[in-house]
Amino acid sequence: MREPEVTFELALQHGLTEEEFERIKEILGRNPNFTELGCFSVMWSEHCSYKNSIALLKTLPRTGKRLLVQAGEENAGLVDIGDGLAIAFKIESHNHPSAVEPYQGAATGVGGILRDIFTMGARPIAALDSLRFGKPDDAKTKFLLNGVIKGIGDYGNCFGVPTVAGEVYFEESYQDNCLVNVMAVGVVRVDRIAKAVAKGKGNPVFIVGSATGRDGIHGATFASEELTEESETKRSNVQVGDPFAEKLLLEATLEVIKKDLIVGIQDMGAAGIICSTSETSARGKSGMRINLDLVPLREKDMNAYEILLSESQERMLVIGKKGRESEIIETFKKWDLNCVIIGEVIEEDKLEFYKDGKLKALIPASSLVVGGGAPVYYREYEKPEYVDRLQRKDFNDLPKIEDFNKAILKLLSSPNISNKSYIYHQYDYTVGTNTVIIPGCDAAVLRIKNTNKAIAVKTDCNGRYVYLNPRRGTQIAVAESARNVACTGATPIAITNCLNFGNPYKKDIYWQFKEAIEGMSEACKIFDTPVTGGNVSFYNESNNYAVYPTPVIGMLGLIDDINFITSSYFKNDDDVILLLGKTYNEIGGSEFLKIFFDKVEGEIPDIDLYYEKRTIDTLLDLIRRGLIVSAHDVSDGGIAVALAECCVMNRKKQIGAVVNLNMDFREDFFLFSESQSRVIISVRKSDLEKVVKILKDSEIYFKEIGKVGGDRLIINDIINLSLKEIHNAYYESFEKIFG
Amino acid sequence: MKFGVVIFPGSNCDYDTYYVLKHMLKVETVFLFHKDTDLQNCDVIILPGGFSFGDYLRTGAIAKFSPIMKEINEFAKNGGYVMGICNGFQILCESELLPGVLTMNTSLRFQCYDVYVKVINNKSPFTSEYQFNEVLTMPIAHGEGNYFIDDDGLKALYDNDQIILKYCDQDGNITFDANPNGSVSNIAGICNKSKNVFGLMPHPERCSEQILGNTDGIRIFQSLLNNL
Amino acid sequence: MYRAKIFVKRRRTILDPQGKAIELGVKSIGISNVEDIRMDKYFELTVNENDEIVARKIVDKICDSLLANPHLEDYHFELERL
Repeated sequence: MREPEVTFELALQHGLTEEEFERIKEILGRNPNFTELGCFSVMWSEHCSYKNSIALLKTLPRTGKRLLVQAGEENAGLVDIGDGLAIAFKIESHNHPSAVEPYQGAATGVGGILRDIFTMGARPIAALDSLRFGKPDDAKTKFLLNGVIKGIGDYGNCFGVPTVAGEVYFEESYQDNCLVNVMAVGVVRVDRIAKAVAKGKGNPVFIVGSATGRDGIHGATFASEELTEESETKRSNVQVGDPFAEKLLLEATLEVIKKDLIVGIQDMGAAGIICSTSETSARGKSGMRINLDLVPLREKDMNAYEILLSESQERMLVIGKKGRESEIIETFKKWDLNCVIIGEVIEEDKLEFYKDGKLKALIPASSLVVGGGAPVYYREYEKPEYVDRLQRKDFNDLPKIEDFNKAILKLLSSPNISNKSYIYHQYDYTVGTNTVIIPGCDAAVLRIKNTNKAIAVKTDCNGRYVYLNPRRGTQIAVAESARNVACTGATPIAITNCLNFGNPYKKDIYWQFKEAIEGMSEACKIFDTPVTGGNVSFYNESNNYAVYPTPVIGMLGLIDDINFITSSYFKNDDDVILLLGKTYNEIGGSEFLKIFFDKVEGEIPDIDLYYEKRTIDTLLDLIRRGLIVSAHDVSDGGIAVALAECCVMNRKKQIGAVVNLNMDFREDFFLFSESQSRVIISVRKSDLEKVVKILKDSEIYFKEIGKVGGDRLIINDIINLSLKEIHNAYYESFEKIFG
Repeated sequence: MKFGVVIFPGSNCDYDTYYVLKHMLKVETVFLFHKDTDLQNCDVIILPGGFSFGDYLRTGAIAKFSPIMKEINEFAKNGGYVMGICNGFQILCESELLPGVLTMNTSLRFQCYDVYVKVINNKSPFTSEYQFNEVLTMPIAHGEGNYFIDDDGLKALYDNDQIILKYCDQDGNITFDANPNGSVSNIAGICNKSKNVFGLMPHPERCSEQILGNTDGIRIFQSLLNNL
Repeated sequence: MYRAKIFVKRRRTILDPQGKAIELGVKSIGISNVEDIRMDKYFELTVNENDEIVARKIVDKICDSLLANPHLEDYHFELERL
């Protein structure tokens, strides 16, 4: 094939701007050839370069005493948990591939994030999925949801990582652009952390794992564009995941790291060989000489451009120690994997790629990467008109709900609130024998083998809130995920984030993005939960409509003593129920408004971050003194839904409650208000006095609201439901819609 | 006394099983790689759960040709104790060390949750620490656990007391609703005629520790220990 | 009436993980001179229709909308008059 001549038009077709094209010519001191143009275009795409987000991301709090690497330095965040161990964790999106081919899109998303974790030397111990789809009563939504969960399940189950928590939301805004975010968590010995770096002149460079095909060429640029009818014609981009190959890759990778045979290793995700060679070289301030003829190919006659840009899955770049080549090859062979030397590390800052004996590309490694030559843009922003328009506070004109029994059942059976066991029963959540708190509670808890510790993990974001108020909505996402892990007894210690937004070149979208980042920054500083890394996914738009801005927070919490793990549900007759936090007339942006009045508007609940922090600290103090029987966060659906959940969440032993609420404003608004910083706890009668004292001393607002027991949930004289009615609404609705 | 846990490519409950044996029961335990041909003088061989060879083609179909399976066949024929959990059970059926076959769940979905199983036979070396008809809680996690055997085969299982565990409800009733995957006769676990090879779909290694909230599974391993 | 024999094949350029794993199985039974194993799908069905062109259209529709995943697979079929 004759290579096309590189012109400005061709550069534009590759998604580069005129300014960027000029910079490439400046860097190279000449016109790029076709292969080089391809390399720059993928590396400078939004997906790889973070060019429109990096400047703002750098304003996030990214340091802390527990952090072993800074955000962006390595494939994932790394947090010290003591006992010589660290937790590697990260969340990533696979939205566009999943919108086109839900099964493979979601599966390869899981594969990608798992590789990020085990390339650091960590064995994955948990996965979480944060999903958003369009209207629930829609055939396409059902098709996408089932494809995505089967993709996640098949990949994670086969690989052997438990999928332990997640969230699923349905909103019209995600109709044509679903969000599929997956978080992975791993454990690594601090003395066995692997780095994504290439250095040491003459060290051999290997490609390991699956053979390279024409998969997903320009997938990285594909992820950086809006979805259009044309996306359909980009079908050849679809990559196929092979969890079996990934499992072998995991074992072989951990083995070469344990045997200390390698200098560095990096996963081949977006932009494949060009991305992994340039990023590892730039980190090690070195370069590479690579012979592409040596790369094992799945399809014959691939050219240099295709080999460099291919996104075939389940591959890694390994920089070995000179002299240990045969041991490295033996280890991968043991697991029936390809392992081939394709080049060596050189001292100069340049990447040389040869094919058929000819030099096909010559590029300074640093010029391609974030923090090096990749462009950095500050975009213009402007507050969108809708924000002020939708900020109403007073909803008293809405007709009052009369039948509260019906109302609570309706909320409990809504797709956003109802139990998701239809989904998590298709995920293996017990493999690994670490899962102490299983899906369905506030956060999942995993013990750390051979220690007395456990971690709690949770993803959270209410896109509706962020849409109505990006700054406060993001603060609430951080606060809620922190509160969720605290309810299990875990101290929130760090976050990862997945920022799903529309087109950053639109001023209103960029305003949402900026506000969200600033809100996250404020919250993370107060909670002392630094940002360890994450992923930005822009261009989540279709037909010019952006999704709700959705900055998903992945929270990591640490439990120092496994004897003090707390679950969310009521347990014993006669335990006293306390409600921590005050209920305000805050119905704006609530699930209640959406379900009963089909409205997404209003001022979202207020949040006092310092008060929230105090609530979390006090809750943890109570749990660690062994004074709390259960703790459950109050969120979507308000106090009424949270109480019902406390009654039925333990399927093996459901238990009722009698509650008296002092409702000082409209009853329906009180019951379903989503005021923040509220937690329902149950305590033994004998401990009540101690608990009350601690709460008073810590200046936490609380009310004793009732007693556990019986087989009904009774609230004042307006709600009286049997556990069976609640159970049926909560557990059986989701499958009825999607099964 | 020595246990061996086989690692097939794609096994993913190998470490979990090893952990229970080594750290809960404190018994000598080694890993055996599927390409090995030496069983290292183990007294019990466990084929763990997972997705050997990705479960591609048919579950267990490719694993049965791994070099170690020849040795395990010999070992079992000479009366050695072999136990297969989940994927291990599937491999034992494919290898004809156990009768019958495991096919796709009737729901056509992977299913992961706790089920109740009833000890139908507590005279086997794998279940001697349980009461007869005792109801246990155990997690399942499989897509292909639907045990099938023809009528003659089923009759032989009954005649020889080869059925060890059956799915049941909380009160021990063996009902259609309590059957998670469509297995013939609610079968959750069986052994061979000579009672030295045992396969089951539920995961005893996932319910052998207090911290995980359930220790109903550990007595399977304890039974083996006490019978050696 | 027509009997349709339908072959749904993953495009040759797209990875077939199953085929790859089966290759490992073939090697382990001692056969080494076999390569490029692909695992595909085969269906049969009867169309109650006497016009061959119409029958063909019906089978096409079933394949396009259900049997074949347009992102990964191609199909072809043979019709046999009953």
